Amino acid sequence: MVELQKQEYIIEVRGLVKKFGFKSALRKVDLFLKKGDCLALFGPNGAGKTTLIQTLCSLMRPTAGEVVIAGFDTRYDREALHNIIGVIAHDTFLYDNLTAAENLYFYGRMYHVKRLNEKIKELINLVGLNAYVNDQVQTFSRGMQQRLAVARAIIHDPAILFLDEPYTGLDQQGIEDLKQLLMKFRNQGKTIILTSHDLSRGLELCNQAAILNAGVLIYQEDIANIKKDDFKQLYLKLTGEKKWPVQAPLLASSKNSRRSCGKISYPS
Amino acid sequence: MSASKRVFEMTLEIITFLAMFAALYAIFLYAPVEQTMGIVQKIFYIHLPAAFLAFLGFFITFIASILYLYKRDLKWDAAAFCSAEIGVIFCTIVLITGPIWAKPIWNVWWTWDPRLTTTLILWFVYIAYLMLRGVVKEHQRANFSAVFGIIGFVNVPITFLAIRLWRSIHPVLITSRGINISTPMKHTLALTFLAFCLLFFCLLKSRIRLEKMRMDTGMLSALVEEKFYSK
Amino acid sequence: MCLFAFLVLIIFSFAFGTGLKSFKGIIPGILWVAFIFSGLLGLSRSFGVERDKGTLPGLLLCPVSPWEIFLAKMIGTFIFTVIMEIFTLLVFTILYNQNFLPFLLPLGLVILLGTLGFSIIGTIFSAMSSTTSTRDVMLSILVFPIYVPVIIAAVKATGLILDGTSIQTIYAWLKILVAFDLVFLLLAYLTFGFIMEE
Repeated sequence: MVELQKQEYIIEVRGLVKKFGFKSALRKVDLFLKKGDCLALFGPNGAGKTTLIQTLCSLMRPTAGEVVIAGFDTRYDREALHNIIGVIAHDTFLYDNLTAAENLYFYGRMYHVKRLNEKIKELINLVGLNAYVNDQVQTFSRGMQQRLAVARAIIHDPAILFLDEPYTGLDQQGIEDLKQLLMKFRNQGKTIILTSHDLSRGLELCNQAAILNAGVLIYQEDIANIKKDDFKQLYLKLTGEKKWPVQAPLLASSKNSRRSCGKISYPS
Repeated sequence: MSASKRVFEMTLEIITFLAMFAALYAIFLYAPVEQTMGIVQKIFYIHLPAAFLAFLGFFITFIASILYLYKRDLKWDAAAFCSAEIGVIFCTIVLITGPIWAKPIWNVWWTWDPRLTTTLILWFVYIAYLMLRGVVKEHQRANFSAVFGIIGFVNVPITFLAIRLWRSIHPVLITSRGINISTPMKHTLALTFLAFCLLFFCLLKSRIRLEKMRMDTGMLSALVEEKFYSK
Repeated sequence: MCLFAFLVLIIFSFAFGTGLKSFKGIIPGILWVAFIFSGLLGLSRSFGVERDKGTLPGLLLCPVSPWEIFLAKMIGTFIFTVIMEIFTLLVFTILYNQNFLPFLLPLGLVILLGTLGFSIIGTIFSAMSSTTSTRDVMLSILVFPIYVPVIIAAVKATGLILDGTSIQTIYAWLKILVAFDLVFLLLAYLTFGFIMEE
């Protein structure tokens, strides 16, 4: 039974609590994702989206609860875990006194990427920065930096991607390119978690949607069961009230989906 | 707090109070005046226990720091902090009483004796420890100060060895020779030792209680905020 | 860093005037003060740059342990500090007409061991103080008290070497330097993960 559980989910989050001092940023979050799932995580500012992503990718240590990704506990198997996850966050993690190619070369070496030079060429091509390969990153616009950050995050071909507001600063073309790229990854069977303010962008890409509010995962649903036109109303209703624990009708609405996809958190 | 615990603490406080008075009596009225050094020798009854307790305080910080990193329970962090604070107080007492005694006896306020110098360095280390706690972010404070608490204490023997070697190369002008201690003096010293130890634990206990209260109020205010959310 | 060391030496020559030539005993002191103050300057950049540019999480996300990050940072600091020290020795030779060449081997050993200790504790404390707003002040306050045994041992050993005594006399000092380096290397191995945690 336990074995089955392990096989079934690639991301397991159980009773995750993260506190900063006495303030809770995450309150008992439970989240289960299967391989190939693509989750769009919505939530207002300060809901704990970034904290959740950072805890998932082991940058933050959970105060309580556990995060197990592909069988690796984020507290103990960090190095093994880092080989299979890629992270795009608010910060680009780029050294701005190095050129685009040098940045990729540095991170490629850190991840022990084989045939690195070809890989860098391929990635630069992919994110459309051919003309700027040998320019220092500090001369880049925010959008270009974000493109390079995408290339940096996938240099080791990770099986799981965490994207924290990946569309920030990208122009229309950039958004389109990134979307195509993420679509490609999805089709390759990569697992993706993406946070966003923009409901429609998240919904068109993912097969699951979740809403985080005040550190509680109040809603998780398969995208097939969501009426896209009503989702905005639902989102505003759920987040606007700043209410938790979750009301009973809401849980009932997602009852049948619990078997098929992830679980709903029951705030204690 | 449970009533029995409070009773225990009250008893401890009263005993400490009485012991301190007894120690004062012993120091000034019971113990004879030392023949060569005169009245100033009496400061030793305070100096010696204070030095011991300063080291004890820092040692507790060291142990509590290790325990915190091992168990990740914030109560050990609080214990390490409180103990370091009290250790610094006693260390300050040592550094003040020392020169008062040294001036008439050694004819200098300060000498770079290994023990003196190590104590001074120790004082700097734990002042740094307290300052570090003041400036780092709250969620990193416990980890950082625990690491520094360990490093600071491990450094003590190395510092002591280095300073001893350093001084022994120069001609030794002043040695702290053994003092001829008569029996009443021994009794007095034992009593003040006991009284100071009691004082130390009293202070530590109330300081930890205070710290616990501070943590509880922080927890409460966070809870109130959450209730506000759920309204 | 090198420029700063140069300036320190110049300041010393103003401060002591011609007295410096007549009193050889203070040469090791001047050298090590120049080393430490200039080294501190480079040290604060070790993790400061990463924190400023927000690249530290990127580094931590790589499949390396905190201990490896520590080693890399420490070796980087070590190399740059040693380069600065070689430069300082050269300037010292020219300014004060002091020939270090006959003592190069034992002196080099003492300097390398002392700098290693400096890099080890400096890297730990740089990682700590870089998160604070009073970065450089905090770094000095943390480093100096812990660094005392190395300062004593290194200055003394340097003095003995420059006096032309045999290597046996500095043996005890070398032991202290080695002990310091090993103990804190071990402590860094055990504790650096806690410092990298958010």
